[in-house]
Amino acid sequence: MAVCIAVIAKENYPLYIRSIPTENELKFHYTVHTSLDVVDEKISAMGKALVDQRELYLGLLYPTEDYKVYGYVTNSKVKFVMVVDSSNTALRDNEIRSMFRKLHNSYTDIMCNPFYNPGDRIHSRAFDNTVTSMMMQVC
Amino acid sequence: ITEVCGAKRVGCFGPAQFYIALKLIAAAQSGLPVRIESIKNELPLPRFMAMKNDSEIRYGNPTEPHGVKFQVPHATLEKNSYKRTDEGDKQEPKSPPMSPICSPPASPSSYQRTHLSYGYGKSRNGLEQQHGAPYEVRHSTHQQDGPASGNYGAKSTRACSTLNRSLSVEREAPDSSAHYADDPWRITEEQRDYYVNQFLSLQPDLNAFISGSVAKNFFTKSKLPIPELSHIWELSDVDCDGALTLAEFCAAFHLVVARKNGYQLPETLPETLLPDYLQAASLKPIHDCALFDSFSEPLPGSQQTRDFNRLEKTSAEEVPDNSGLIKDASKDDKQVLKTSIAIKPIPKEFQHLTVKTVAQESIALRARPRSRSYSSTSIEDAMKKGEEPPTPPPRPQKSHSRASSLDLNKIFQQNAQAARSGWLPPPPPALPPRPSVTQTEQASEVELHPQMTRPPSQAEENSSAKKEVVLTQLPSKPVRRKFRTETQALENPELSPTINVTSSLPAVKPHLPVQKQSSKQKRAIQTAIRKNKEANAVLARLNSELQQQLK
Repeated sequence: MAVCIAVIAKENYPLYIRSIPTENELKFHYTVHTSLDVVDEKISAMGKALVDQRELYLGLLYPTEDYKVYGYVTNSKVKFVMVVDSSNTALRDNEIRSMFRKLHNSYTDIMCNPFYNPGDRIHSRAFDNTVTSMMMQVC
Repeated sequence: ITEVCGAKRVGCFGPAQFYIALKLIAAAQSGLPVRIESIKNELPLPRFMAMKNDSEIRYGNPTEPHGVKFQVPHATLEKNSYKRTDEGDKQEPKSPPMSPICSPPASPSSYQRTHLSYGYGKSRNGLEQQHGAPYEVRHSTHQQDGPASGNYGAKSTRACSTLNRSLSVEREAPDSSAHYADDPWRITEEQRDYYVNQFLSLQPDLNAFISGSVAKNFFTKSKLPIPELSHIWELSDVDCDGALTLAEFCAAFHLVVARKNGYQLPETLPETLLPDYLQAASLKPIHDCALFDSFSEPLPGSQQTRDFNRLEKTSAEEVPDNSGLIKDASKDDKQVLKTSIAIKPIPKEFQHLTVKTVAQESIALRARPRSRSYSSTSIEDAMKKGEEPPTPPPRPQKSHSRASSLDLNKIFQQNAQAARSGWLPPPPPALPPRPSVTQTEQASEVELHPQMTRPPSQAEENSSAKKEVVLTQLPSKPVRRKFRTETQALENPELSPTINVTSSLPAVKPHLPVQKQSSKQKRAIQTAIRKNKEANAVLARLNSELQQQLK
């Protein structure tokens, strides 16, 4: 269960960012923003290889004492960043991967919508539902 | 009556109260005292006067041409039911059984208005089943399953019996009336036919897809805000492939209609709108243009005229621009350009008109008939199909590079259909100007013909208005506008129909013109940028030469 999920566009501005409301959301925004550096670093590290060989799932970007940050980048350089609570140790890498896959699928569904202009903020309800299902349940 | 039937006590007109009220009305009209016992008599159906548009428009989903809107107590519609009951008391609302019967004959206008009316559904049910519990209002999204249907089963049977009698008397407009329109998310036959026509106007092959861009342009004409259109798309494109099959298209269209009639969009697609379900339904051949005409009718004439006047004005503005330019374009080109131009100016028009326009519903309602006319014209000109080869002509003019060509191609494809459907070749008289169509009074099938006769005058005005709009609007993007006008060297008659179609449909751009126009504007901006760059290069060269001369 993620604490914060963000979709970053190719130009590194957020298309969609959502965190669980009880937390200090600004903190997560900063976290996501700083994680972009790590994402770029990982992308460029693999940049020599062809894009095809580049792994979409970037894995753990960096851990902090409170949470872990995972990254995923699509072929069009749209990045998904997920912040997960460190105390939630039950989450395994496979689960994170599957969550990113679901995000990616939802994102492509949005792309299929002709009314969506790439680069706009994402307002899709279907996407919201997908993200909600992945976020931690706030009691 | 309201008191007797228990509405005051309950606080709203539930199905039971409604039926009782109607029965009481019938009793009162027959001269019997208004009492609960009166309903036990066998009464003739109450007589209702056709209600005019304003109240219906206000509610956004007029059921029949009567004042009474039969609505199940509903969170969103409760107040409407209140109002309606008042009106019902004042007027002579038709009994539910009567309404469906009367609607078709009354005129398709009722259909237009009652696309998804709940009460509509009630009467429909009565017609369909003609037995007890016909008045089931099924709202898949609202979970209003005529719970009270059982209660008034007895009453409804009586009503049904009278209904049956009247049914036999009524003309067979039949399928349309006898449809399970109780469910606002269910598509009635005439609606389906209408949607199919629209589909055909966009894509002649019923089994093929409508691409996303074509559909986008088309649904954008409905003047709904982009986020809502986006949501509608999400709901209707079940397989998420970016294209709409016929069933998906019908669902999307139905949702658009629902939204314009004031219904909130559901979070998930109602089952009656699922493609599997829709595909099971047979697609009737396209014949009822009449019904479609009626769609346009309900629009308040005044609103229509107002909107249309604006459109005319704007189109008139635009036409002058466009005419000057592309003379060399072929007819197809012209049409394509025309449509493209028509579409492009529309956003401006919208900005222009948004301020003036009234409620979105009125706009939506206005827009409905536009699209309707779209389809009706297509039906009329079905034979014209062969005229315009859908090959996108290479737009020589302007720098419209791929942006423009993309735009134009899409528009062309879409409008070629429309043009095919809506335009007659050279003679303007043949072109039924959409706005005029919508503008005209509530007509019937006959309206189609009168429409035809109107095009020329309308076209002229519209085209000129369009051009002016193009000129006046978009101060920030003169190049783009110019481009458009250039590409549009169309004769007025031809131009106007397109403009009429396009302008009429998106008569008023909702408050989000930016999003809607963004793609078009982006392309236009790109072309403008390119042109500016070229101009800059030329000027820079000139500058350097002059400086050298100075030295």
